[in-house]
Amino acid sequence: MGGSADKPVLFQDGKRIDGRALDELRPLKIVAGVLKEAEGSAYVEWGGNKVICGVYGPRECIPKHDANPYKALMKCRYTMSPFASLEEHGRSGPNRRSTEISKVIKEAFDSVVMTGEFPKTQIDIYVDVLQAEGGTRIAAIAAATVALASAGLPMKDMISSVAVGKVDGHLVVDLGKAEDNFGESDMPIAFKHRSKEIVLMQMDGRLTPEELGANIDAAIEGAEKVYALQAEALRKSYEVTEKQEFRM
Amino acid sequence: MGEEMREMVLQEVQREMLSNMLAQGKRMDERQKYDYRKVTVQKGVLTTAEGSALAQIGDSKVLCSVKFGEMTPFADRPTEGVFMVMAEFLPLASPTFEPGPPSPYSIELARVVDRGIRSAEVIDTKGMFIEEGKVLAIFIDLYVMDHGGNLTDTAALAAAAALADTKVPNVVDGKIVRGDYKGPLNLPDKPLTCTFIKVGDHLLLDPLREEERAAECQLTVGTVDGYIVCMQKSGVGSLKKSEVMECVDVALRKGNELRDYV
Repeated sequence: MGGSADKPVLFQDGKRIDGRALDELRPLKIVAGVLKEAEGSAYVEWGGNKVICGVYGPRECIPKHDANPYKALMKCRYTMSPFASLEEHGRSGPNRRSTEISKVIKEAFDSVVMTGEFPKTQIDIYVDVLQAEGGTRIAAIAAATVALASAGLPMKDMISSVAVGKVDGHLVVDLGKAEDNFGESDMPIAFKHRSKEIVLMQMDGRLTPEELGANIDAAIEGAEKVYALQAEALRKSYEVTEKQEFRM
Repeated sequence: MGEEMREMVLQEVQREMLSNMLAQGKRMDERQKYDYRKVTVQKGVLTTAEGSALAQIGDSKVLCSVKFGEMTPFADRPTEGVFMVMAEFLPLASPTFEPGPPSPYSIELARVVDRGIRSAEVIDTKGMFIEEGKVLAIFIDLYVMDHGGNLTDTAALAAAAALADTKVPNVVDGKIVRGDYKGPLNLPDKPLTCTFIKVGDHLLLDPLREEERAAECQLTVGTVDGYIVCMQKSGVGSLKKSEVMECVDVALRKGNELRDYV
């Protein structure tokens, strides 16, 4: 996070810092089934974010005493690579930030995956952020939904996600890194696709109730675009008969 | 069934299957014994690191990032820069990889790749001095993303390609200026490894995951053009001298073929 002194110009001639319109998403690429070993997987490039997700399970719950006799235990491990940001080399493995993000992502998917079908087991979602440029948890959720679906796990609904926020007084969709760092508010949000119910929501900054309402409406529209690409990625993974080469 | 039990059963089954196939002169995927699977290398895949590459051998995928930092030099080499190789076996890469501290396998892999780069003397650490008490550090991270067998060669290939892609950042007032480069990293050679498994009397290059399970032991031979720069035997089992010499011979030849991808 930079101080206000080095705040860049976030708006010029009605366009955002990277030339996007207010409701325009960054380029988003989703590929399903990129890993051989994982039961389900997906690779997402969202703006400068590069995220890979692998899903394992249902499999034996470890430790055993955590097993639930009525449903599968959802687990999520979101981590950021030490080379994910432009700044100095970080530490690998989980930290306080990633632990919180892992928890809310897990809870989002616990509300759609039909865990009751698989008592006493666990389902693991592993998401690794290889490169970060603002909005990594949103990209992680986009990848995880596709990975879970490509693992063939029964789900009540797909989840699609986007971040919305206020930047220099404007409501914008899909904040980039500079907008995230220097804007007034940032709200990552994830919806069940059909019911538009919210399964993940975090916010920081300052908003009026009216602004919040407008933010959610804008997020629903943004998430709809994300959903279209998620569905397309899954469709493609079943259409393709020849093995696709994985490229980053 | 737990992953450990699953591995044990698979090992039994695949050992028998592989020896039957080898008796008929076949490998599990119809390759010749000293053939590599399809190799692809994509350089410059990350914009946040000074160098990067994604290497794939068959289904194995390793992403390598080369990132510069500043640090205090080691006391016995106060004017020399430092580089280190770390490997992360991401849990998404295999059902047998668990979250947590690095396993002996990932430490071994990182150290074998490190030794290859170190003994080939391709990184000029003397040119990485900044000022009294401060030198440049190079972090070479190996991210294993899919385990299709032969991770060592895939990782060494990713590392060599990422180093070949690396640009040296400018240092102003003792600090790295991110995104501002002096020029490409001088890389006089490209150290790579060739890994063989032994099954009965057979030696096989570039083992599949299934073949690795069936193997008695494996031998990794690191080379630069014309020289061996590191070796590592791992696994329970033994190798004859003639077998070692055979591996070295093939590694020197195949290493040069692999170097064309870097």
